[in-house]
Amino acid sequence: MFDYLRARFAHRLAPASLEPSGSGLPHRFRGRLVVPQPQADVATEGSTPAGEAASEHRRRNLPIIDLGRSVFAPEETQRLEGQDAAFTQDYRMATRSRSALLTSDGEIELAQALDRKMRRLLGRSLRFRLVAAGSCGGCEAELAALSNVVFDMARFGIQFVASPRHADGIVIAGAISVNMREALEKTYEAVPDPRIVVAVGACAISGGVFAGSEAVLGGVPPSIPVDLWVPGCPPHPLTVLDGLLRLLGRLEDSSNTAAAATGDDTLVPLR
Amino acid sequence: MSTRALLTVYNRRCVSVADIPLLEMEDFASTIASSVGAGWRIVSLFGVAEDTRALRLCAVLANDDSGLLGATCALVAQEYPALSTSCRQAGRFEREIAEQCGAIPKGHPSLKPLRRHPPDHAPSAWTVRPKDREDFPFDVVHGDEVHEVAVGPVHAGIIEPGHFRFHAHGEEVLSLEIMLGYQHRGVERLLECSERGRAVLVAESIAGDTVIGHASAFCGAIEALARSHKTPRGQTIRGIALELERLANHIGDLAALSGDVAFQPSAAFFGRLRGECLNLLMTISGNRYGRGLIRPGGVLFDIPPTMASEVMRRVERLRDEVRLIAQLLFENASVLSRFDGVGVVSAEQCRANGYVGVVARSCRVPRDVRHDFAYGVYRYAQIPVATAWSGDVYARAIVRWLEVQRSMEFILEQLSALPRGEVRVDCGALTPSELVVALEEGWRGEIAHIVMTDAAGHILRHKVVDPSFHNWSAVSAAMPGNQISDFPLCNKSFNLSYAGHDL
Repeated sequence: MFDYLRARFAHRLAPASLEPSGSGLPHRFRGRLVVPQPQADVATEGSTPAGEAASEHRRRNLPIIDLGRSVFAPEETQRLEGQDAAFTQDYRMATRSRSALLTSDGEIELAQALDRKMRRLLGRSLRFRLVAAGSCGGCEAELAALSNVVFDMARFGIQFVASPRHADGIVIAGAISVNMREALEKTYEAVPDPRIVVAVGACAISGGVFAGSEAVLGGVPPSIPVDLWVPGCPPHPLTVLDGLLRLLGRLEDSSNTAAAATGDDTLVPLR
Repeated sequence: MSTRALLTVYNRRCVSVADIPLLEMEDFASTIASSVGAGWRIVSLFGVAEDTRALRLCAVLANDDSGLLGATCALVAQEYPALSTSCRQAGRFEREIAEQCGAIPKGHPSLKPLRRHPPDHAPSAWTVRPKDREDFPFDVVHGDEVHEVAVGPVHAGIIEPGHFRFHAHGEEVLSLEIMLGYQHRGVERLLECSERGRAVLVAESIAGDTVIGHASAFCGAIEALARSHKTPRGQTIRGIALELERLANHIGDLAALSGDVAFQPSAAFFGRLRGECLNLLMTISGNRYGRGLIRPGGVLFDIPPTMASEVMRRVERLRDEVRLIAQLLFENASVLSRFDGVGVVSAEQCRANGYVGVVARSCRVPRDVRHDFAYGVYRYAQIPVATAWSGDVYARAIVRWLEVQRSMEFILEQLSALPRGEVRVDCGALTPSELVVALEEGWRGEIAHIVMTDAAGHILRHKVVDPSFHNWSAVSAAMPGNQISDFPLCNKSFNLSYAGHDL
């Protein structure tokens, strides 16, 4: 038993003060997708058609990355308007609006906190009901992992509960299958006001890999207003936790702009 | 067994569609019934639109003892005499065919929709009306003091949606009916219609906890049709990833089983060790579930020597820790008394209904694709098949624990001697008019991807069978006689996929 206890406490929790990037994530981890900033030598960039297109996009600030559609597959680095993109190790990606996930270079405005009244109501104790609707089970697995001893979301007063009537909001995963639409709407209606809604994963945001299938709606329907969008396929538990803590204004780090990767060492090499 | 009626096929080896016997319906039914009577089981039975008016039924059968696979087909009109009248195993498949293709198997006991969707594989000239589930009420048990309990589709825990309907007398469950389909996303259509780069992402998302298993089966089928030469190094890395996935899920299941009998120490500890297995997959592939690793032609990420030694070091530490905690769990009398005798599946039930994977191995039916239909790295490195006898929650837990140990040994062995060479080679166009059966032993059991190409080399049909499709009926079969409060424990000991079933 003592061997057990020793081993039990030998591990460390995931950091409570979340570091902007890294957090011991492995080198190959695929976080926020960016288009690396052009070198100072603008003339070189303009000389290739692809570079021309990308810089034109950047100049006009047109979105070429949609983090809400990305499934963070390794191939995605090769498809953006002819210019190679790259994955950073920055897991912070949750936003307050769908449009904030569209970006021309990978820089996004991270989620702002709820207003004072909502924070006073929910800031110290937030209960969610999970609704999986046309998912693959991956997002559920990561949400379940948030309750384990490593991520231990309960230490921030955030928990999943059994009934929507005991909840302050719902977390939605999946591309919203036609067969789950009614159950999702009923669950949402069963949560007392004021309530918040969190869309987790590429499927809930945009349909993900199932977008276009007749069996799914392709994301949370407009009838359910979403307060927090968490991209990923599935999102790393830290991505979800970071988003929720930002929503509650619980992160001391006040910078709400995910800065583009500063050094080459944070970029995962293209493969 | 008549060799004319069944064409012998091999795991991941193509056959020409023209070579598959095309039988009269009567012979087709008797071939399937007599084969299943002689110890074969149905891997898959599915429909392909032959032309605008006819449906081709294809059956793939397996004989685990002799390591043989057989294929046969028949052409049918919209109404045909049901196979399930002579072969019980065909029942669930025929419900699926009725729903997907709009066929009407006459004499089938109940064509209750499995998933609830309009037909998406029907011959174009057939007029089909999707069945209304309201026409198929739940089974009812009559009697004084019998009560009905309805659960789902939104459950109490963090799990996928499904509906469970119990009839109980006091605490004792009399019957359990399971209604699924809430996770239906149209996976097979997406696999058939998408270009390959997207299709592999869909395959990774068939069941989010079986990314490696489904992606490997998908790639196995595509590579066979493209005559792609697989490299030993690529195959070995796939095997390592598959066993890491097995480790993560089996250890996670042991955590959940501990939690369901309120034994918190091992629940917490196994929960953390599951995360370590996922992190090992992330070290290799950049994703905790191994997404992005498996691609047609091989794998996208190599394991360089420094990473191999790091992974080995971490697996060795995992081995020491997990043994300590398994001891704590399996030597605890109160845990054993809760696992013992709950949710029993008998070997007879297993053989009659064609259960696969951990469920089959827990009732002394040694079915394991890695052993019976060896492929890839498993042709060179055998993993002993782990079995148990009692068919209850305890047996399913102990089989998982045995497999955890064997998978760790396999990973260490393979990492210490990775073959040299490339990890990925080209995988070109598909050969026309062929059929391939790719089986994979995912952590739940046998995953089947069956792909048929047309004369132009396009994918005509991509049939996916997740082990959950075979095994969900085992949950209904195991519950009667148990207490309703044991359902979470019983259900978790199977831990079937809703998404994998619903597709």
